Amino acid sequence: MNAYIPVLLFIVIAIAFPLITFVFAWILRAGRYDPIKLEPYECGNPITSEAHDYRFSVRYYLIAVLFVVFDVETVFLFPWAVMFRKLALFGFVEMLVFIGILVVGYVYAWRRGALQWV
Amino acid sequence: MANPWVAFLLVPLIKIVVILLAVILIAAYMSFFERKILAYMQIRIGPNRVGPRGWLQPIADALKLLVKEDIVPARAEKFVYFLGPVLVVAPALLVFSVIPFGPAFKLFGYEVTPYLTDVNIGILFILGVSSVGVYGVILGGWASNNKFSMMGGLRSAAQLVSYEVPMGLSVVTVLLMANSLSLVKIVEAQKQAGVWYFIPGIVAFFIYFVCGVAETNRNPFDLPEAESELVAGFHTEYSGMKFAFYFLAEYANMVVVSSIATVLFLGGWLPPFPNWLAAVWALPALAWIPPIAWFVLKMAAFLFVYIWFRGTFPRYRFDQLMDLGWKVFIPVSLVNLMAVGLGVLLIGGK
Repeated sequence: MNAYIPVLLFIVIAIAFPLITFVFAWILRAGRYDPIKLEPYECGNPITSEAHDYRFSVRYYLIAVLFVVFDVETVFLFPWAVMFRKLALFGFVEMLVFIGILVVGYVYAWRRGALQWV
Repeated sequence: MANPWVAFLLVPLIKIVVILLAVILIAAYMSFFERKILAYMQIRIGPNRVGPRGWLQPIADALKLLVKEDIVPARAEKFVYFLGPVLVVAPALLVFSVIPFGPAFKLFGYEVTPYLTDVNIGILFILGVSSVGVYGVILGGWASNNKFSMMGGLRSAAQLVSYEVPMGLSVVTVLLMANSLSLVKIVEAQKQAGVWYFIPGIVAFFIYFVCGVAETNRNPFDLPEAESELVAGFHTEYSGMKFAFYFLAEYANMVVVSSIATVLFLGGWLPPFPNWLAAVWALPALAWIPPIAWFVLKMAAFLFVYIWFRGTFPRYRFDQLMDLGWKVFIPVSLVNLMAVGLGVLLIGGK
């Protein structure tokens, strides 16, 4: 566990570094504000709606779901790869089966157009 | 090193400060070299006014951003807007805690390791920590309450997520050969094998680097910040130091991807063919080269390729980008994974 103590220290410093810099910037910076300057940038057009009101394509959700499937699969591969020389042929065949099942799902998703970005 | 305070606090603290300063300096000067190299590629001169031949340009830029006024749009989600840059920059810096820059060496009788720590799950740690950066991008884009930022943040999240899968698969290919998650052990395994892993894993190497370019939102995959259509995407509304941190994180992430590519595929701090040419590297003319110099040289080569890409390739369209990730890289890296597995099984290759 001792190997993680420096990492903890680094986490604290990595978060503190931007915060401290913000404080410096807050002291040093200029600032003259007016309502028009604080409007969201929209090429100078008057704002008619909030960005948060807009809906966006369902494909983003689909990509997120597909990502979860494939990323979990990658997580399974990590321990397998580390033990690969010990597992030898048995491990190889087993992973062929595992990836085979995955490929069936992958081909299905492809055929149903889940990977198609219009 | 009997005193635990020295071993667990002082030494890591010194290393952290050195790493932090080095990363910030490299990131700052990357922006300078980028402008210079791009300029020369386009037969221009590039920045040459601040300091001798423009060498103080990054420092001037940083100072300018520090004193710029900080605009928080009135309609923005204030706290999340503030959280975005922190969430992006902290993981980008944190990854450097496990990257080995060189082997242990002796300095004034003490054993010094030129890396912060060697955790036995190094590569998992890197993948996990660097994924946190996605939150900074998508939260920053959402909190700005600007249509361009919103689109940029969404695109960026979809892109980062899509390219993480083939990237992970190509990393697994290296693990098949190295049989360890520790970055130091991966480099040592390459020394034992006598070849850098990019020779047996050439396909994985290619996929890793292209995915790395996509993960850092760089050309030709810089859709989230496409200036010409999304006006800088997720950081349209950011200004001053908050913008500077998004900028710093992008360049720090480039250094991260280059360092990991160096460690996994180009043998880290090892010279070319460390065993076959061992006699050559022991020659007095070459023996003085410190291992860290090899590491920096390889990393710099990757960074140059990044800039070269930007000078050469036009941008992808979003559907092409998604197709490339999901329909080309994933099947190719899966097949490559099994092929390398078969190779390790047949040749045994250690």
